[in-house]
Amino acid sequence: MPDLLLELFSEEIPARMQAKAADDLRRMVTDKLVAEGLVYEGAKAFATPRRLALTVHGIPARQPDLKEERRGPRVGGPEPAIQGFLKATGLASISEAKIQSDKKGDFYIALIEKPGRPAIDVLADILPVIIRTFPWPKSMRWGARSEKPGSLSWVRPLHAITATFGLETEEPDVVKFSIDGIETGQTTFGHRFMAPSPISVRRFEDYDAKLLAAKVVLDSERRRDTILTDAKQLAFAQGFELVEDQTLLDEVAGLVEWPVVLMGSFDADFLSIPGEVIRATIRNNQKCFVVRDPKTGKLANKFILTANIEATDGGKAIIAGNERVIRARLADAKFFYETDLKTRLEDRLPKFDHIVFHEKLGTQGERIRRIERLAVEVAPLVGADVEKAKRAARLAKADLLTEVVGEFPEVQGLMGKYYALAQREDAAVAAACEEHYKPQGPADRVPTDRVSVAVALADKMDTLVGFWAIDEKPTGSKDPFALRRAALGVIRLITENALRLSIVKTAKSAISGLPDKFAADSGKLPADLLAFFADRLKVQLRDQGARHDLVDAVFSLGGQDDLLMVVRRVEALGKFLDSEDGKNLLAGTKRAGNILSIEEKKDKRTFDGAPNASLYKLNEEKALAKAIDQAKSEAGAAVAKEDFAAAMSAMAKLRPAVDAFFDKVRVNDDDAKVRENRLKLLNEIRAATRAVADFSKIQD
Amino acid sequence: MDALPAHMRPERSFQGLILTLQRYWADYGCVILQPYDMEVGAGTFHPATTLRALGPKHWNAAYVQPSRRPKDGRYGENPNRLQHYYQFQVILKPSPPDLQELYLKSLAAIGIDSAVHDIRFVEDDWESPTLGAWGLGWECWCDGMEVSQFTYFQQVAGVECAPVSGELTYGIERLACYLQGVDRIMDLNFNGREGAEKVSYGDIFFQAEQEYSRHNFEQADTAMLFEQFRMAEEACKKYLAAGWRESSNRREHLMALPAYDQCIKASHAFNLLDARGVISVTERQSYILRVRELAKACGEAWVHTEAGRAV
Repeated sequence: MPDLLLELFSEEIPARMQAKAADDLRRMVTDKLVAEGLVYEGAKAFATPRRLALTVHGIPARQPDLKEERRGPRVGGPEPAIQGFLKATGLASISEAKIQSDKKGDFYIALIEKPGRPAIDVLADILPVIIRTFPWPKSMRWGARSEKPGSLSWVRPLHAITATFGLETEEPDVVKFSIDGIETGQTTFGHRFMAPSPISVRRFEDYDAKLLAAKVVLDSERRRDTILTDAKQLAFAQGFELVEDQTLLDEVAGLVEWPVVLMGSFDADFLSIPGEVIRATIRNNQKCFVVRDPKTGKLANKFILTANIEATDGGKAIIAGNERVIRARLADAKFFYETDLKTRLEDRLPKFDHIVFHEKLGTQGERIRRIERLAVEVAPLVGADVEKAKRAARLAKADLLTEVVGEFPEVQGLMGKYYALAQREDAAVAAACEEHYKPQGPADRVPTDRVSVAVALADKMDTLVGFWAIDEKPTGSKDPFALRRAALGVIRLITENALRLSIVKTAKSAISGLPDKFAADSGKLPADLLAFFADRLKVQLRDQGARHDLVDAVFSLGGQDDLLMVVRRVEALGKFLDSEDGKNLLAGTKRAGNILSIEEKKDKRTFDGAPNASLYKLNEEKALAKAIDQAKSEAGAAVAKEDFAAAMSAMAKLRPAVDAFFDKVRVNDDDAKVRENRLKLLNEIRAATRAVADFSKIQD
Repeated sequence: MDALPAHMRPERSFQGLILTLQRYWADYGCVILQPYDMEVGAGTFHPATTLRALGPKHWNAAYVQPSRRPKDGRYGENPNRLQHYYQFQVILKPSPPDLQELYLKSLAAIGIDSAVHDIRFVEDDWESPTLGAWGLGWECWCDGMEVSQFTYFQQVAGVECAPVSGELTYGIERLACYLQGVDRIMDLNFNGREGAEKVSYGDIFFQAEQEYSRHNFEQADTAMLFEQFRMAEEACKKYLAAGWRESSNRREHLMALPAYDQCIKASHAFNLLDARGVISVTERQSYILRVRELAKACGEAWVHTEAGRAV
């Protein structure tokens, strides 16, 4: 079966967009082929800085013929309806229609046969639409045609389209279409500098090979491998070790069509700058890798660059040029670092009073004082030294005003630690300057040092409460202040350090630090925020493969703001519900709940209150009442000891009595008093299980 | 290039570099303009770019523009950062299909051989909040150094570009440092002579960098500048209002250029105030918006002038 080769040749596509673009192209073309009845055998897409390419092999040469029966109007129906039917189906007269009978009467049926079109014609229709509607994150117009509305938008100017279709054994055909003045053909171009001449291609196999000969490695995976292997090799040859960096590798592979890895060096004096700053400088600005001494783990005064050409001088000029730029960059970084060291962190604080954190939440200075206050309150609750937590909270943000962080925002916190150590702060205080930002996401490390934990909690709770107070909560996909991440951070800090902390109390404490106008008007805030934490906890548990409905079942009990206990309860509940006893008790409780809600609706009342023992007529009623009392007291005692597994075991003992009750007792007794009493007893089941969870929230 | 006398060669002489670029773009067919006679932050502010980028009429121009960025002053001490420097600006409307090749040939003309140097187009989306303008393009790298910006204008002064212009901005001090093999801008050979006849960049500009840094950071009269900003803003609006003419078949504007000058003035006053650190973060945004409103109104006026409108 024939294959398709498509190449969209353009000016340089941003590296960060290439992988997704290749994927989108494959998905859009193959989806459309399948929708047109053209089921293909395989497809692969590629991207380089200057081209998107796609090969789809094993496409049928023609669409299958389509046969369709279309039902028309009733026999003897009104004339306009019949005419309309003829027009829609293309029948010459109604005599060509079949008549089909069903219980509603006789109807005309048209048999429509649509012959399949040649696949190449279908491609000529679908490809221009895909190109015009391609989902680039940002696209642009260019050239003379951009004067008129409706001109093509592409990520950068598009220059040529190669589109061929045919069998391996034959000369393929060009899929003919033209888009904004670009006619499809079979001509592409090699490397911009090393092989710029036009290349005529037939199909994917010769395309790939001819590009390689013209110094273009089509497959980004292969470019990545080359860069990584060569970089490791170069480093190794000099006795060093490459500092691997996947994000940088991906980006660099998207900046070259023909990777040539070279090594340069810089003055060893620059190694007095913290390694992270050297790496940030070289990586962000120059897209180069750094290397380290495998024995000490310290950076070496070398860097590895990836050029896009095999230079005629073997790369001497390229290395020299890059060394010059890196020297200037490191000179800047060193100057910044040394300037920063001249000012103590606390001396930077007054400036924060002139920097707005958020127009409704005041200055950064006010925010730092709030965090400090809250850290002091939280410290004893998490076992942190109060004085150290206070000091750390005071200094933790100060590095935001340093030159190095101004230049490289990603080393915020880390520089705080360096500067704190340089001015001889306590090690825990210095560590907190870095760690209070953590955890930044689900994969980030959670700090364990209690001073860091206290400041991290204070920082995040202040953020959450503040934005809650000014009603800037996350909505849908919008979370501009990263509040979901902050809440997840709090959850992980608490649960992974096994901390006992009331969210509501901490939130109230944080609120009291807010400007007065918010503090006064925030009655509902702690409860709202707690619900948000419940949602986040659900998401987190779901990501870990746990049942998120159990989180609802626990939060629904009310008063559950100790996240560690919530998690423990959810864990115990999950195990219990996996057991036979758990499943049956859940079924029994739900049955009781269903009966109750029906009867409550009927009688327009609830059946609260203790049942009357003198109204029990059957042994099963008495046994259930006894079992409930016992389960309640045992479970209650276990919960008080925070032994949730034991509480679940106590609940399990209810099960035989509940089963027997439903087996033998008719709830809706003819005697209204007995009926009421039995309903009250059912209500007691529900009430008893609430010692561990609200079973009505649990999904079957 | 071999015909050039030594002192005119771009790799030896700062002015030689400028003249070579001018010659190259003149040969392409650009009008070679002189700098705009006002203080601007970048070559883009020159009306030959900002305003001429609007409307359908073809336009190819190149010029050097002295650019003032008061905040970037370092008293002449930083090797690469100045509060006054030059940009070499090229604007081609509509953007020709071979603009990248034209650019690469211009690098060849100043002595950057693409067989030896690693020239790269690295994503850089350009946006000027004060001009209400954006475009897509690249930073152009030579051996890891950014030597130019390359932009396809999509919108300028709030007006969609139709057709799109291509804009090239060469950072000529940086290019010259590279070509001359020096690490500090002040060490550049300006006139390409040697010995006693040699004039360096520092000979001309070091004192100016010191003086203007003092001025920009310490002395600039902020009360006056606030007032200048307000006056320029008011004048701009006034000239814009006065320039409109309605006739039976069309609406036209007769004073877009003088109004735009006032927009430039307001922008520079704002830059100075910003350097003096007297504008808070929140105010900053509102000043930028005010300048943008002026720029947009000027753009709207321009497309109703002879040079800016469709025929």
